[in-house]
Amino acid sequence: MTALVVMFVIYNVVVYTQGTSNNTPKMSEQAIKGEQLYQDNNCTACHQFYGLGGYLGPDLTNTISHPNKGAAYVKAFLNSGIKTMPKFNFTEEEKDALAQFLTEVDQTGYYPIKDAETDASGWVGIKYKNQ
Amino acid sequence: MKKIASIFITLSLLALIAGAIFGALAGIQYVKPDFLKEVIAFNKMRPFHVSTVLGWIILCSTGGIYYYLTEVLKLKLFSKKLAAAHLILFILCAIAIYVSFFTGNMGGREYFAYAPIISVPILLGWMLFGVNYFKTVVKQVKSWPVYLWMWGTGIGFMIYHLGETNFWLIPYFRENFIKDFAVQWKSYGSLAGCWNMLVYGTAIFLMSKVKDDDNIGRGKKAFFFYFLGLFNLMLGWAHHTYIVPTQPWVRYLAYGVSMTEWIILISIIIDWKRSLSTEKKKLNDISYKFLMATDFWVFFNLFVALLISIPYINLFTHGTHITVAHSMGTTIGINTTILIASVFYIVNREHREVLNKFASIIKPGFWIFNVSLGIFLICLLMGGVEKSVWMYFTDEPSTFGQMQDKIQPYMYVFLAAGFGLLLGILMLAVPMLTCLTKKSK
Repeated sequence: MTALVVMFVIYNVVVYTQGTSNNTPKMSEQAIKGEQLYQDNNCTACHQFYGLGGYLGPDLTNTISHPNKGAAYVKAFLNSGIKTMPKFNFTEEEKDALAQFLTEVDQTGYYPIKDAETDASGWVGIKYKNQ
Repeated sequence: MKKIASIFITLSLLALIAGAIFGALAGIQYVKPDFLKEVIAFNKMRPFHVSTVLGWIILCSTGGIYYYLTEVLKLKLFSKKLAAAHLILFILCAIAIYVSFFTGNMGGREYFAYAPIISVPILLGWMLFGVNYFKTVVKQVKSWPVYLWMWGTGIGFMIYHLGETNFWLIPYFRENFIKDFAVQWKSYGSLAGCWNMLVYGTAIFLMSKVKDDDNIGRGKKAFFFYFLGLFNLMLGWAHHTYIVPTQPWVRYLAYGVSMTEWIILISIIIDWKRSLSTEKKKLNDISYKFLMATDFWVFFNLFVALLISIPYINLFTHGTHITVAHSMGTTIGINTTILIASVFYIVNREHREVLNKFASIIKPGFWIFNVSLGIFLICLLMGGVEKSVWMYFTDEPSTFGQMQDKIQPYMYVFLAAGFGLLLGILMLAVPMLTCLTKKSK
């Protein structure tokens, strides 16, 4: 049992320091403020990042770099109350923070990965940004 | 002590009914977006549903453990005051979580949408439970059957991983989106493993009591599978995050270990079913029926889980309703059927005469519950296939809204099945609640 606990502790430390690391820069203060707004309004109930979250709205991982969308598109949507979107009352400053958060999330990777590398073992090599 | 266990179980049944009602309302919003939008939009309705059904699983397994330790295993609880404090803390936490949602004071994390400060008393409640559990069991039981290990493991790891869900409050995690996101889903994967330990431990306990054979919980095979489950709890989480750009070794490891988990329970249940005499089956007829329903749903989920844990298939199913079918299949089909079997076992011991009066409601309730669940899951799978085709196999994809419109027919049937589930739950939970309000024999 002691060996199991020691293994668990080492595994967690390695996951926290190495396994989840990549070359994505730290989020800016404005993006963290945007993420807080995202959480305060429980946007994850409907939206996803990397396919994880709610299913009522679209995945937002690469909304900013999407050729037909981008920051202006996102900001126009925020207070629209269209379809299932609640009617929010974000200020311009808050809209900028949310757009900055989505911009920095976009810089971390790709989803969905339409041209992923696969092999016969069932493995999928995902695409990384910043590496 | 029986009273505290009974209150836990009564509250859990109320949470099951409330959670199913919130789920049905959220289902209406899924197909009719304007429904109650101004009063309680989906971004608030969903956390009500998720937190309440999680409350059902936690409160019911906790109440069952208190009952089984003191009333069936006849152990003297270390402290009734700690158990009462545990109950009061959890009731206060439930109230605080609802207030948090009503007032919009959200933490806004998936599955843990309430204000993060509420995690402190929740953690304290688990610590009280842990102290009471280990102080009770360590002194009085020399050779632990596997279900005692499973309950102890579930409680212990629950404390750690509940803490881990709040690591986002630490700047080291918060400042790196991928690190924060991966650790968030690591904690969720492991938390599911924790409550599975509590629920599957309950299943093995019930099987050993229904069959009146303590060897079910003591064989080498049972302990082999326990360690395999523990291995999965600790290391298998990353199959939720194959697509997230973490380091490849984390994902390789998860691929390796995640293929094993569902074999654990099915193997034990099959062995148990083979050797069960007709006489014993009749004695605990309703509990038996629900454990057999679990058996079926384990098969279904084993099939889905094994497929979507293969990264190549996961690439196409991740982020679609197929994943939801898997999670709903496990929480409703497996966890809920085991816990309903547990409550029926307890009610049957305490109030058999009262329970028998409800046989004509419970039997159709059983079938309505299970058939509705089957339709519910098929609709999710079909919707998931449509979404996957939209994401990966369409040259010029339509908009998200158009894709949602396309899966709408499946979602209408899904909604109807959801109401069927609610009806089935009412037909099962109301008789159990009625029995629990009567004085025990």
